[in-house]
Amino acid sequence: MSSKAKSEVRRRPRIAVFKFASCDGCQLSLLDAEDELLAVVGAVEIAYFPEASRTMLKGPYDIGLVEGSITTHSDAQRIQEVRRQCKMLITIGACATAGGIQALRNWKDVDEFIRVVYATPQFISTLKLSTPIAEHVPVDFELRGCPINKLQLVELIAATVVGRKPNIPTYSLCVECKRQGNVCIAVTRDTPCMGPVTQAGCGAICPGYDRGCYGCFGPMETSNTASLANHFHYLGLPSDQAVRAFRGFNAWAWQFRKASEECERK
Amino acid sequence: MTGRTIRVDTLARVEGEGSLYIKMAGDRVSDVKLKIYEPPRFFEAFLRGRHYSEVPDITSRICGICPIAYQMSSIHAIERALDIHVEPSIRSLRRLFYCGEWIESHALHIFMLHAPDFLGYPDVIKMAADHRELVEKALRLKKIGNRIVSLLGGREIHPISATVGGFFKVPLKSQLAELIDDLEWALQASLETVDWTSKLEFPNFEQDYEFVALRHPDEYPLNEGRLVSNRALNIDAAEYEDHFTELHVKHSNALHSIVRGRGSYLVGPLARFNLNFDRLPMTSQESARAAHLTPPVLNPFRGIVVRAVELVFACTEALRIIRQYEAPSGPTCEIPNRAGIGQAITEAPRGILYHRYAFDERGLILTAKIVPPTSQNQKRIEDDLREYASQLAAWPQDEATWKCEQAIRNYDPCISCATHSLKVTVKRGR
Repeated sequence: MSSKAKSEVRRRPRIAVFKFASCDGCQLSLLDAEDELLAVVGAVEIAYFPEASRTMLKGPYDIGLVEGSITTHSDAQRIQEVRRQCKMLITIGACATAGGIQALRNWKDVDEFIRVVYATPQFISTLKLSTPIAEHVPVDFELRGCPINKLQLVELIAATVVGRKPNIPTYSLCVECKRQGNVCIAVTRDTPCMGPVTQAGCGAICPGYDRGCYGCFGPMETSNTASLANHFHYLGLPSDQAVRAFRGFNAWAWQFRKASEECERK
Repeated sequence: MTGRTIRVDTLARVEGEGSLYIKMAGDRVSDVKLKIYEPPRFFEAFLRGRHYSEVPDITSRICGICPIAYQMSSIHAIERALDIHVEPSIRSLRRLFYCGEWIESHALHIFMLHAPDFLGYPDVIKMAADHRELVEKALRLKKIGNRIVSLLGGREIHPISATVGGFFKVPLKSQLAELIDDLEWALQASLETVDWTSKLEFPNFEQDYEFVALRHPDEYPLNEGRLVSNRALNIDAAEYEDHFTELHVKHSNALHSIVRGRGSYLVGPLARFNLNFDRLPMTSQESARAAHLTPPVLNPFRGIVVRAVELVFACTEALRIIRQYEAPSGPTCEIPNRAGIGQAITEAPRGILYHRYAFDERGLILTAKIVPPTSQNQKRIEDDLREYASQLAAWPQDEATWKCEQAIRNYDPCISCATHSLKVTVKRGR
């Protein structure tokens, strides 16, 4: 058999999609990639994706996409098994990568939280913290966003399938925003904007819609959060508002966490 | 008499994580548990102390499938607390926004989550091998719904533009006009979908439901209306908690919504259709009639046809709004600063979604309550299964199991939504 023919019968990589505490939005992004979906599923074998299929094949898997954060004892155990089953483990979205909005519990008394929401608190088994996957097992790639950008997901799967580095930039949202041709709302309108400390990837949607970025792609690699906090102070933003600006969908990402705690001390 | 257990450890093609357990002796069902093991996320608790302006962004994260429903219910509740009345064109844009979500969500459910049951495929991917055209149509329909959402909200999932008082930015008439060709195609495709779904095979299964939905004086309900049922319920959103309550059911450790003094009820397309058929535009009514679908529809499996009729409605309504659109005087209105308490109900694709918020004079949330459609349907799903499983006593195990799953998917359950108020004690099956 020629090498070309061999590559044609090459086994398609097996993909599995796992869900932990989350809203389902990031795995939905795959089904939302209407133009690419049929091509993607032609290039890979969807082995385990309960949201899409009754067929649930056993591992091991070549690529595991993990959505959601770890918030229960059983999920803390399950992620260990998921890691064992996946050659490459990719977290998708702010919950899996930073603990998600549910990480707001991490600054509060979770037992009190349970009493607020549930009538019979003793039935609830939950951890005190909502934590990202990487705090539990090694992660091979973290895809940012709340939700992720579906085109970045397709790029990531395509790159992984052929074994190249995915083209996912880590610079700040400001770079992307400038490229869109937006007038800077932080400078021209004094709008509090998380853009300077937030990783690009969404397409700078919020400034394009006349509102400040709220940081749903999480901190960029070398974010200067202290400087942005000073700028918020200079704009006259009360410190509790500055705390809440950093304490959003990526609140537990260490850069934002540190920044919100510093604002709180002021 | 032989005993049987139907068990599905991980329910497929539903949003979120649940499992099913049915215990039978002969054709008698002794136990039904629709279990939820999705972890709780405590939205009502951590919303406290956030400013009301942040609430629509935060609550949209309860559900990636119907974020607009969460944004709309929370915005309406807060506006009610502040006594804000938006201008008519903002109101229309919100309806259009919601139409986009209905199209996207219904297309997803009809073709990708539910149709494989009727055609005997494990998923839409396998279905595409034999029904490529159908799946391509589904994807295009879904994409058109998402286009509306993206234009108004910036992106499909967790859009960013809706806010208390209006939108951060409203579209130009010319931008909306660009959607017309697509929507006309979508309307045609939806009409074909009604016809196609009506020819599927439906089990002979009817139940005596209490249907609960919004009802508006002259519109098919999306954002507003009184809450009515076929058992003489007729209330304002502010009275919701007087009439509905959440029960702690021991066997499932889940909060089950019931109508006080009566029991389970059904929300979603079937309820809306049965209670509001006369409010559907003519195109939708005619397509339903041509498919021999007239109220009351009591067979939940025919929900797939009703969803298709609602697709026709959503496309028709979107086209009407776009053609009549005049830009508002501004994207938002003036927002007063004061304390308040407000409730609202809107029609998420899966049924009514209730929100209540109280906030102080700084606008910081004091209490929040959210009742999603799936927690309201949960008891009704179990009631259906109890009846339906007994009909399947003679069926082989695999097929009976699949049929029970299909009966759950009739409701398009969204477990991610329901979970923030569900107990979690169930051990995972695998």
